[in-house]
Amino acid sequence: MSRTLFTFNGGVHPDGHKTESNGTPIRAMPLLSRYVVPMRQHIGAPARPVVAVGDAVLRGQTLGAAEGYVSTAVHAPTSGRVIAIEPCAAPHPSGLFDLAVVIEADGLDQSIAFEPLDWRALDPSALRNRIREMGLAGLGGAVFPSYIKLNPGAQKIHTLILNGAECEPWITCDDRLMRERAPELVRGIEIMRHALGSATILIGIEDNKPEALAAMRAAAPSDMEVVAIPTLYPGGGGKQLTYTLTGVETPTGGRSTDVGIQVFNVGTAYSLYRAVELGEPLISRIVTITGHVSNPGNFEVRVGTPLSDLVTAAGGMLPGASGEIVGGPMMGFDLMDSAAPVTKAVNCLIIKNSKLFPGKPIELPCIRCGACAKACPADLQPFEMYWYSRAKNFGRAQSYNLFDCIECGCCAYVCPSHIPLVDYFRFAKSEIWEREREKSGADQARIRHDFKTFRLEREKREKAEKFAKAAEKTKAAASNPSEASAAVDPDAEKKKAILQAALERAQKAKESVAPRNTEDLPPRVQREIDEIEARRAAVETKTESTE
Amino acid sequence: MFSAILVMAAIGLVLGGILGWASIKYRVEDDPLVEKVDAILPQTQCGQCGFPGCKPYAEAIAKGEADINLCPPGGDDGVKRLAELLGVEAKPLGEGMEPKPKSVAVIDENTCIGCTLCIQACPVDAIVGAAKQMHVIVASQCTGCELCLPPCPVDCISMQVIKEDVVNWKWRYPIHMMKRVA
Ligand code: SF4
Ligand code: SF4
Ligand code: SF4
Ligand code: SF4
Repeated sequence: MSRTLFTFNGGVHPDGHKTESNGTPIRAMPLLSRYVVPMRQHIGAPARPVVAVGDAVLRGQTLGAAEGYVSTAVHAPTSGRVIAIEPCAAPHPSGLFDLAVVIEADGLDQSIAFEPLDWRALDPSALRNRIREMGLAGLGGAVFPSYIKLNPGAQKIHTLILNGAECEPWITCDDRLMRERAPELVRGIEIMRHALGSATILIGIEDNKPEALAAMRAAAPSDMEVVAIPTLYPGGGGKQLTYTLTGVETPTGGRSTDVGIQVFNVGTAYSLYRAVELGEPLISRIVTITGHVSNPGNFEVRVGTPLSDLVTAAGGMLPGASGEIVGGPMMGFDLMDSAAPVTKAVNCLIIKNSKLFPGKPIELPCIRCGACAKACPADLQPFEMYWYSRAKNFGRAQSYNLFDCIECGCCAYVCPSHIPLVDYFRFAKSEIWEREREKSGADQARIRHDFKTFRLEREKREKAEKFAKAAEKTKAAASNPSEASAAVDPDAEKKKAILQAALERAQKAKESVAPRNTEDLPPRVQREIDEIEARRAAVETKTESTE
Repeated sequence: MFSAILVMAAIGLVLGGILGWASIKYRVEDDPLVEKVDAILPQTQCGQCGFPGCKPYAEAIAKGEADINLCPPGGDDGVKRLAELLGVEAKPLGEGMEPKPKSVAVIDENTCIGCTLCIQACPVDAIVGAAKQMHVIVASQCTGCELCLPPCPVDCISMQVIKEDVVNWKWRYPIHMMKRVA
């Protein structure tokens, strides 16, 4: 196998720390008494709860249904009873709570009847619908709903890339999965090929995982190519892996599908196999627990398992633990609340101590050495983006393609001044998003306000015109009395009576409700209220007369 | 049932009207400076600046008749951006003006008597309801201007601060630990 590989610019070689957790087989977790299943486990709209408090549920039963296009379903990890549907701790850098269904397990772990699917006989769109109901989302960390990525649309996806690079230090869940479950994983890839109709299939694995490479080579049929790629962080980034394997560059601000390539994580392929061939929804995933714990390794963890229980299963933290990281040390975040559960996005939990993860060194001024730019795999100029993000000049930061930054952390890793560059970029990005939201809200409000002003003016004009017409008529009638009485009288009489009735009713209504906040008002407000009252009476009269 | 159809028809008409009208309205050229100032103002339309809405305030600023620090919802950030646009010094918000946390109005459904007074007060038509029917505020359109509070005869409208959640949460500004280099 002699595929020419391409080398992306930049990248770094952080210590791998893989051996701490990749030496032991994947372990099962004991059944817990309580699971917390968040409704938002994927990119897009959160799932909508379809169970109620008190409901009995079975393993695999739908707890939340996909809501909208970019969404996917969420399922019960075991059998039991729904004891709450409320905001709970979530694995999110903010530490904020998010809506979750809490299940008290009954210990029986009974499941719904899983229905395997004969996918070869199924047309791809029916297959995609099934995958949406099964709750599949990308398990590499981005958790984009898989059924959307399996829809080629108008674009032809000629190449399907499986991402087994696992470039982040410490994480080994994909490594163990490929070593132990390669044949099933390959069947998942076949389902993907069926949905996308791709001719070329490339499985990229970093060369620091020889066992995984061997296992995948043994399992893959001849029309899938297992490629060893050099170990270089972030070689598992979607754009970087695509470039390494094919030499094709993903356009700025675009996706790899724009150039006919789709990338999936190997864990997603395995879960797809279970969802389609076994009929089991996505209710578990492999999670690495490593760092300062007694028994680091990989566990098959049910979605909804509190992270504190995962730590317990790994023998508990060792004395001197100083914190927890969700994800890897380069792109992950500090866990705020260990009651937060494992979700589809959580691939690793690292227990920190002060030796492995010393506190952040003091930040020095940027010396514009350019080391960050050399390390950046996205060919950006981090020091410029940093300069403007720090000054909160977001427009300029954006003009340096801030949104092409994949937050890989290479720049901060090499910076001799220890500047937490990525923290600045994340800050700037979320400020820009907030402004976009505000701006579109303001634009809408402007249009609606202008329209209201326009409408009121039009109503005023129309009324004035009507008045003028009526006045003319009266004038004409005055000059010709006999005709006037015939034309105006019955109508005017009726109107008068209606007006009188309406006024009386309004009076009564006024007496019956005691408006607490319309007493002792300053004259300006009183005048406003009077005006509004008058307008309302007028409106009511009009409606009455048309009825 | 009939009233429901009426309400839906009315909403349809209003939305259609907005579209048709907007297409006409935005063809005409307005004073570019007023437009630029107006683009910075938050469009809450609350009148706290002393003008009957954001556009009139924008016009006054453009003519040099009003100071740039009179809009509390825009906050210091808004003043800063106005100062940048006009090439003047930024300054703190005017006396006694303070930006409040972002809020939306909520109608207590059990108390509302369907009087339509709040509908008339709302500058952005964010309240839907017909006479003698319960009214509802469309949260996504409410600007939080509080203009609907005083007219309500039964005090059933209250302001609710928009809570931070995992969607609108923002990464904080990194804490600076700069070492002084001698
Ligand atoms: S590596 Fe650090 S010090 Fe060097 S230019 Fe980049 S931000 Fe500045
Ligand atoms: S975090 Fe962003 S700027 Fe820094 S190296 Fe990675 S892609 Fe480049
Ligand atoms: S105070 Fe600000 S938001 Fe309120 S009307 Fe004036 S310009 Fe608009
Ligand atoms: S609903 Fe009330 S607070 Fe909201 S925009 Fe309308 S008048 Fe202002």
